[in-house]
Amino acid sequence: MNKEGTTGKKPRLKSLGIEGTRYKTNFTKKFENRHKWEVPDDRKLITFLPGVILKVKVKKGQKVKKGDSMVILETMKMQNRITIHRDGVIKNIHVKEGQKVMKGELLMELN
Amino acid sequence: MAIKRKIKELLKKREIVFKGGGDKAREKQVAMGKLLARDRIRALMDEDSFNEYDLFVEHEARDFNMDKKTLHGDGVIIGTGTIFGAPVCIYAQDFTVAGGSLGLMHSRKITKIMDHALKMRVPLIGINDSGGARIQEGVNSLAGYGEIFFRNTLASGVIPQISVILGPCAGGAVYSPALTDFVFVVEKISKMFITGPEVIKTVLGEEISMEELGGAKVHAEISGNAHFYARSEIECFDQIKKLITFIPWNNSQKAKSFEPKEPKPEYKVEGIVPDDPTLPYDVRDVIRSIVDDSDFFESQELWATNIIIGFGRLGGKTVGFVANQPLVLAGVLDVDSSDKAARFVRYCDAFNIPIVTLVDLPGYLPGVDQEHTGVIRHGAKVLYAYSEATVPKITVILRKAYGGGYIAMNSRHLRADFVFAWPTAEIAVMGPEGAANIIFRKEISEAEDPDKARKQIVKEYKAKFANPYVAAARGYIDSVIEPLETRKLLLHAINVSDNKSVSGPKKKHGIPPF
Repeated sequence: MNKEGTTGKKPRLKSLGIEGTRYKTNFTKKFENRHKWEVPDDRKLITFLPGVILKVKVKKGQKVKKGDSMVILETMKMQNRITIHRDGVIKNIHVKEGQKVMKGELLMELN
Repeated sequence: MAIKRKIKELLKKREIVFKGGGDKAREKQVAMGKLLARDRIRALMDEDSFNEYDLFVEHEARDFNMDKKTLHGDGVIIGTGTIFGAPVCIYAQDFTVAGGSLGLMHSRKITKIMDHALKMRVPLIGINDSGGARIQEGVNSLAGYGEIFFRNTLASGVIPQISVILGPCAGGAVYSPALTDFVFVVEKISKMFITGPEVIKTVLGEEISMEELGGAKVHAEISGNAHFYARSEIECFDQIKKLITFIPWNNSQKAKSFEPKEPKPEYKVEGIVPDDPTLPYDVRDVIRSIVDDSDFFESQELWATNIIIGFGRLGGKTVGFVANQPLVLAGVLDVDSSDKAARFVRYCDAFNIPIVTLVDLPGYLPGVDQEHTGVIRHGAKVLYAYSEATVPKITVILRKAYGGGYIAMNSRHLRADFVFAWPTAEIAVMGPEGAANIIFRKEISEAEDPDKARKQIVKEYKAKFANPYVAAARGYIDSVIEPLETRKLLLHAINVSDNKSVSGPKKKHGIPPF
C-alpha cells in the first residue's frame, strides 16, 4: 500500500498554485483524474446516458424551436423524448433509428 | 433419565444449527478465502466470552417452496460478548445459509440485538456477508432492512456502531453500514455497491468488474465509504479491537484511560516542519511526536489524504486528531477532506472525545470541479461541526493558517478552548504573495521594475504579517509556544478541560449542510 511520504523512495513533488504561491506537494489520483472544464458547445446535442435511438423526429435542414422533440431515446427502461435546448436549424444528424448510442455521443448539430 | 436425554437432544439440535448451510456451503466459503461466520465472531471476541441467542429461529415464508426449506438460524448469528473486557453486541450474517440473504426473521434477529445494544448502552458490531434481500420473502425483506436502518439512526451518537464488510453487501443493504460510525473492509473480500456490474452493463453499457466497482480499495481510497482497510480478516479484527480501546461504550461515558506513556524517542517534534511555507512534510510525524507511545491510530488513511484524522492518547486519555497534511495537495480543504474532517469532529463530539486540531493549510482547493461539486456546502460542514462541538477543542497552528481555512480549522472564533501557535505560524487573511498583489497592485504595476517591486513588497508584507503575533495581539491565539512545549501544554489543556460544560440554545436539531 502506498503510504505517501513515510517509507520508500521519495516521489517527485508536484507544484500546486494557490493565491499566487506555488506549493511543493503530492497529488491524489482523484485530483489528477479530475474533469477539466470545457465550455459547452450549445450547437451540439450530446447523450448523457447510453441507449437506443427509437425514432428520429427531425430532418437535416429543418428549422427547430427550443423544446421541440429531436429523438426518442430508449434508456433506463424508459422511452425518453429528447428535446432541443435552443432555436436553430438542423445542420447534421449523426444517428439513425435503431442505432445504439453510448454516453457522450453526438446526436446532432445545429448551425 | 429423561433429563439426560433432553440435554442430549439440545446438544444435537445445536450441533445441527452450528453446521450452518452444510459442509458443501462451508467448504465454498472457505475456498473463497473467507472465515466462517462463527469463527469470525470467535476471532474478534475475548476467548469464551461469546453467547449466542436465537439459535432456533425459523422463517415463516411459504411462497416459492420456501415452506420446505430449513435455514439454520435464518442465516444470521446474534449474541453478546466482550472485547478486552468491554461488552459488545454483535451480529454476523452467515453466507453459507441461503447466501446470508435477509428475510423477515433474519432481520428480526438483527433488530433484536440492535435494540439490546441500545438498551444496554454498549457498542454494536455488524458483520455483513450477504447476497442481499431474500427475494422469496418479497416486501417482508424490505421491511426488515427499513427496521434496521431506523435503528441505526436511532442509535447513532448514542452507542458506537461498527460495520464489518466481509463479503458482498449490495443494494439497499449498503445503507446500514453507511449509517454507522466506522466501516471496515478487507482486500478481495469486501464488495459494496448499490447497483452491480451486471445492471450497469445492461442499462448503461459500461463494463466494470466487481472489484473495480465496489471492492475494498475503492471504498477505502475513492468513495470514502470505508474507514479501515485490511489485507486479511485477522488484520481487520485487530483493527476493530484497537478501535474499541479508543472509544467509550456509549455517549454518557468517556473512553477508558490508559497508563500514560511518553512518545518514542525516535519521534522528535523539532525539525519536522520546514521553515519555508511552500515545502511539504508528513504531519503524522508531528502527531507521533506528541502522542503517548507515538501510537497514532489513523482512520480513512487512504481517502482525502490532504487531511489526517484519527485517535491517539495524551496522558492516557483518548484524543481525536484532525490535521492538515501538507504532503498532499499542500493540505488544502476541498470537498472530500471537508467531509472527512467534519464527520470525524462530530463523532468525537458525540462520544466525549477531546479534539486536537493541527493547522497548516494554504486555503481551499481552487478549481471548477470543486466549485461545481459544492465545495461551498461541503466546506461549510467543517465550520458547522467545529462550531457545534462542545467537547474540549484545542488548536495548534504549526505554520500556515490563511483566510477561510484559518477560520474553519477550529479557530478561536468557532469557540476553540485553547489556541496555541508555533513561532513558525503565519496567521493572515491570505498568503503574502496574494495579499501583496492585491493591496499593492498599483504600486507594483507603476514601478519601474514591477518584478523587483513585487519581491520587495512581498518581503515587507511577510515580515509584518506572516507571523503569529498579529493574531496574538488580538487574543485570537492564547500563546505562542516552542514546538518542544507542545505535548506538555496539550496534556495540561486536556486536564484543565476535563469538566468542560457549555450549552447552546435549545433546539430539536440543527440543519447541517449535509
